[in-house]
Amino acid sequence: MEIKREKVGSGEEFRTRQLRARDMLRGELEGDDLDKYVEERVIATKLEKALDWARGNALFPATFGLACCAIEMMSIVGSRLDVARFGFEAFRASPRQADLLILSGRVSIKMAPIVRRIYDQMLEPKWVIAMGACSSSTGVFNNYAIVPADKFMPVDVHVPGCPPRPEALMHGILRLRDKIHGDPKLGWRERYGAVGTEEELVENA
Amino acid sequence: MTGVSDYRKQEESITLAPVDAQMDTATGDGEPAEAAGTETELLTLNMGPHHPATHGVLRLLVSLEGEVIHDVKPIVGYVHTGIEKTCEDKPYWKVIPVIERMDYLAYYFNGMAFSAAVETLMNVEVPPRAQYLRVIHMELNRIMSHLVWLGTSALDLGAISMFWYCFRERETILDLFEMSSGQRMHTRYIQVGGVIEDIPPGFETKLRQFLASMPTRADQYAAILDRNEIVLRRLKGVGAVDAETLLNFGVTGPLLRATGNPWDLRKAAPYCSYDHFDFRIPVGTSGDNYDRYRVRLAEIYESVKIIEQALDGLPEGPYITEDRKVALPPRHELATSMEALIHHFKLVTEGFRPPPGEVYYPIEGPRGELGCFVLSDGSGKPARVHMRDPSFVNLQAFPAMVRDSYIADFIATLAMLDPILGGIDR
Amino acid sequence: MPDAPGLELIAQDLRDNDPDSVLSTVYFRERGTLIVNPAAIRETLRRLRDSGYGFLASVHGVDYHPEEPRLGVHYELLDMTEVDRLTVKVRLHTEAPEVDTVADMWATADFQEREIYDMFGVIFRGHPDLRRILMPEDYEGFPQRRDFPIGGEPVLFTHNEHEIPRYYE
Repeated sequence: MEIKREKVGSGEEFRTRQLRARDMLRGELEGDDLDKYVEERVIATKLEKALDWARGNALFPATFGLACCAIEMMSIVGSRLDVARFGFEAFRASPRQADLLILSGRVSIKMAPIVRRIYDQMLEPKWVIAMGACSSSTGVFNNYAIVPADKFMPVDVHVPGCPPRPEALMHGILRLRDKIHGDPKLGWRERYGAVGTEEELVENA
Repeated sequence: MTGVSDYRKQEESITLAPVDAQMDTATGDGEPAEAAGTETELLTLNMGPHHPATHGVLRLLVSLEGEVIHDVKPIVGYVHTGIEKTCEDKPYWKVIPVIERMDYLAYYFNGMAFSAAVETLMNVEVPPRAQYLRVIHMELNRIMSHLVWLGTSALDLGAISMFWYCFRERETILDLFEMSSGQRMHTRYIQVGGVIEDIPPGFETKLRQFLASMPTRADQYAAILDRNEIVLRRLKGVGAVDAETLLNFGVTGPLLRATGNPWDLRKAAPYCSYDHFDFRIPVGTSGDNYDRYRVRLAEIYESVKIIEQALDGLPEGPYITEDRKVALPPRHELATSMEALIHHFKLVTEGFRPPPGEVYYPIEGPRGELGCFVLSDGSGKPARVHMRDPSFVNLQAFPAMVRDSYIADFIATLAMLDPILGGIDR
Repeated sequence: MPDAPGLELIAQDLRDNDPDSVLSTVYFRERGTLIVNPAAIRETLRRLRDSGYGFLASVHGVDYHPEEPRLGVHYELLDMTEVDRLTVKVRLHTEAPEVDTVADMWATADFQEREIYDMFGVIFRGHPDLRRILMPEDYEGFPQRRDFPIGGEPVLFTHNEHEIPRYYE
């Protein structure tokens, strides 16, 4: 790849831009000049979209490691799968400061009310990733002691695996980011044109 | 808040050890003590299950006098998974993936304890190649467990960059695990009778590269932490308990070795051909946190030595027992031999049936004596599987370690204790 | 591990002191087990400790359903100087699942006996703090007994998926 070096103007262009900026701030730039200036520098969007873009790119996960999946969650902070390149490395200890709860590990019946309390303590907007098989369904352990997370809290993204590879968790987090950005193609029914195909079950006796 | 919620009612049943002074809870009013004119109030602090420093979901009720700890009550059970009950419902070879998820940093050891217990029950010989492969993977797992411990403990102490260094080495080890079994964690590599598959062609080269680099890396970690003023001040002389008390608490592993007692099942009662290897047991002197840290770091070097010797002396032969009633026959035999087909069918659908009996098999895990008790009633599913987990027993010694120390020392001692909640709660 | 005659000698020693303490001995796969009368367990363990088996490695419970007596408590003893292991077993009926605690002799038995109480319902007389350790405090039932259902979520197939209406949402 060739690197081209150019001086930023040779001092004159910069000075011109500076003067134009000063004029604009004073309100002296008018008409076409002003339009062109603004067009070059400003994008127009809806406030919600801008907010969503900002929120999705600055998720603060809460440190919520429960079991084995927590070790793989720690791996994504590690140097091989650097989650910091997406901006999500700031794991907050306090749920009040976090907006993403990664349920990494099995939720036992003793822990479920506590998870719900932590979720309630988080401030809106908040999202939940159920990482691993144990939190989405009961995983390997279909018994008296484990409860799937869907039963007591809303979950946005389920990441399958036991434990999911760190790459899989990254993929899950990025899909959540797409979801936050309001990507309409995200649900599979939308993607494959299957909206309206939900099966209505007839109540059997 | 009007009324007391059920959760609160639940909490009221927890009492600490009787103390002389009345306790002043963090929310309400207590009554001051009536001791000779002084007013002492003890603060009950709940370091709840969700806490960045509790290494998992461990709940600690701490009774504080100022910042000095008066008493600690650990409350566990927040990740209780009913593993032992689940195991009673599954054939023996399906128990292995379930039992591996118990102590989730020592999955080879969990599988090994269970497989060895079943092998003892069934009187099955494990071929020497399988034994050496088991040793290689178990020692790699020991190094990996100590690396995660080191990374997270240094994180607790504030030496945050250690986390990335340790996890970098861990990634190499997980690559090796992925090469040999296809999974990074919970690999179900160790099966009853041997291992599930032989090592692939590039494994030895990659392992030798890793072994060449690991001692240098461990030297680098020692250079960061060993003579660091902050580490010395925080760990030296803190949390020391003598060997007598620890033995009474049933503590084994690096915690016991840090006090000077060189008890290690690999040397005392060798299993799985550990007696073929020449290695030393690192032992501390005073049993404080600094010695625990040094012992675990030194164990990494010893594990590297064991793996080198195992790799050099790796014998040829089958990687799982040839007894077709226990282990699946190789696939090419299914096309030619009727017996192999029948055995394959019976093993996959029903599983093998050990004779009735019960066996307790202890091995040396990274945290201490990991024992597996298997009761067989003659059917294809075990009647009882119990893992004697070292973290569960070591946690009982924790209040003795932190009595009369500060909260900061308490966090450091908890880090050096290396509790793994999956093992504690099972 | 003591060999078979060694195990018999230990049992004989204990029987000399108290004739009906040791009910029987089992020697299986080179491991010795003593089956002991529940009333005599403390004295037996104390004598074994004095004769060298000073380390209590594990206390765990077993449910032998449908054999009677149904519940069992196993004590795994270890002699560190001779590297000898010995199992001491106690069998209890569900109607009277009580046995004396050894938590004052070995501090390691504290949590482990609580776990046996939690999972099997064995009551340890004299235990300083016998309450549930792994299950929530107000849980009813003893999960690891063999007749306790394993529980869990039903796996949905075509024949039972209608029981949970609109499960796909």
